[in-house]
Amino acid sequence: MSGDFANLLADLKEDEVIKLTKQRLDSGEDPMKILEDSRKGMELVGKRFADGEYFLPELVFSGELLKQVTEIVKPHITETTSDAKRRGKVVLGTVAGDIHDIGLNIVDFMLDVNGFQVYNLGVDVPAARFVAKVKETGAPIVGLSGFLTPAFDAMKETVEALDKAGLRGKVKIMIGGGQMDDEVRKYARADAYGKDAMAAVTLAKKWTGAS
Amino acid sequence: MDNEKNRAEMPWEEKREERFRRWLAPSGVTYDTPAAETAYRERVTRFIRALKLEKPDRVPVVLPASFFPAHYAGMTLRDVMYDYARLKRAWLKFLREFDSDSYTAPGLVYPGRVLDAIDYRLYTWPGHGQPDDMPSYQYVEGEYMKPDEYDAFLRDPLDYALRYYLPRTMGVFEPFQKLGPFTAAFGAPIRMMSLAANPRVQQVFRALAGAGREWSRWQKTVREISRAALAAGFPAFRGGVCVAPFDTFADTLRGTQGIIMDMYRQPDKLHEAMERMVPFTVESAVDSSGASASPLVFIPLHKGDDTFMSGKQFEKFYWPTLRKVLLGLIDEGLVPMLFAEGRYNHRLEQVTDLPRASVLWHFDQTDMAEAKRLLGGSQCIAGNIPTSVLVTGTPGDVKEYCRQLIETCAPGGGYILTGGAAIDKGNPDNLRAVMAAAREYGVYRK
Repeated sequence: MSGDFANLLADLKEDEVIKLTKQRLDSGEDPMKILEDSRKGMELVGKRFADGEYFLPELVFSGELLKQVTEIVKPHITETTSDAKRRGKVVLGTVAGDIHDIGLNIVDFMLDVNGFQVYNLGVDVPAARFVAKVKETGAPIVGLSGFLTPAFDAMKETVEALDKAGLRGKVKIMIGGGQMDDEVRKYARADAYGKDAMAAVTLAKKWTGAS
Repeated sequence: MDNEKNRAEMPWEEKREERFRRWLAPSGVTYDTPAAETAYRERVTRFIRALKLEKPDRVPVVLPASFFPAHYAGMTLRDVMYDYARLKRAWLKFLREFDSDSYTAPGLVYPGRVLDAIDYRLYTWPGHGQPDDMPSYQYVEGEYMKPDEYDAFLRDPLDYALRYYLPRTMGVFEPFQKLGPFTAAFGAPIRMMSLAANPRVQQVFRALAGAGREWSRWQKTVREISRAALAAGFPAFRGGVCVAPFDTFADTLRGTQGIIMDMYRQPDKLHEAMERMVPFTVESAVDSSGASASPLVFIPLHKGDDTFMSGKQFEKFYWPTLRKVLLGLIDEGLVPMLFAEGRYNHRLEQVTDLPRASVLWHFDQTDMAEAKRLLGGSQCIAGNIPTSVLVTGTPGDVKEYCRQLIETCAPGGGYILTGGAAIDKGNPDNLRAVMAAAREYGVYRK
């Protein structure tokens, strides 16, 4: 049954997933088990995305299904369990002056389903907030997202701010999105450019020695 | 009457020839010099030959400069959005100091005072949600149409626009939210007067009249700049504009999250609504083309690219209604200019079902060798110097990149050299290098 649940979620069968969630709760099953199956389902979605079978619509819709399942299950959870062991921490955000978030959220999704602890700072993030978040979390990886050409300079300034704060040697920085490419990576003095969310996962795994 | 009938029966190629002739010899232009007039014809001829997949004298160029003229003149975008005299000075300076085959008037440098007055919510711009020195404005995506409003849209799109969409996207229209259906005018039109008596509605029209006067001051400046460009021998490249029906809903009505929910939960309503938009889209593109001599209709494509959806979703949701719009425009003698933002590598074989040499594909990050191989024999292609090279590279880097592009795309004709996207800042010599490359490497031998 748990395999079915993960598959139904990965196949985006909204009605069946919701029905089954309620059935399992009614039959007195451990709600944590349902969340664990949901996580497996999301991993399948991530895998299909990486294989080129799924695209943005599937990611977003599966996220919506997960949200519904979580909302149904939440009131039934009494124990507080610690998060499953995570591969490593990543601070993510769209750089200052840029308000695009679609690519940012895809990278967040893919890192998350691949076991990373993601701190997503959202859009139009000033360099100082990246610095503060890296200090606070001790994350060894920073992901800078941007869509527009003005983001070239904002990325450069963010890398410089991390440098000035004495953190440059402690973090690996990847960039991606819209008009970014390896030329911009050089210009901003980041460590790597990722052309899509799978590249972000590969880089993060490489940098945490988890590949 | 006879004329209209004849026109309806004319093949699209003939209608297009008519528009090409108008582009070659626009009415009411006094050229600065006879040489300017000759240069104008040469430039337009260069574009027309490329569009028809013939060999021009050399590869034509559209400089990838959007708000760059402001930067070049030492001004910010904010400066020129709020001061039309400076807008004019900056764009005329750019016109005089850059060699190119076309000229883009600042029709997209919207007047800041109008945006302020109408409380425009679809953009943030410098000084309004963005720092004063930001070189571009940005689009604010939102759920401007709720998931359960397709029926209201389908029942009466105009009423939906007036009472739901406009009040959500422009604050000035908020009082319209409280009104009854505008379609009630049928039968007893005099009833509309009770609308006009409503003090809040009067306020809307007073505000619109003020913003409209400001808009016309701005338009006057844009027209003066366009006329100066024509007189100097530089043709307008972009004429009209329109948007793919899927993007109309995905970008401007439902938002990314919303449209994806609809693709799964109410695909039939979405399809019906997109079909409904097709004739409006064609009509408004024809209308917006009227002011320009150029027959090209700019169509920025957003949410159908390789990363936004699968090939199947493209075939199901994106292409059918866009294709209908394109066929409608082609039948009017217009030339759709599809600006495929992002990557279209997986789309190249999906968009071949259009008449030969009827559209222009402008690619952003698509592999141009593949584009040439798969589409080059049937449509003119344009692109795609990366903005990263244009902004962070040297003039030498730019020229070399252009050389390779020309080598890949120019053989046989049907190619226009331009950027993947346009730049707002950077080294002016990088733009000059684009033109230099076309002159040096892009000449077709007879």
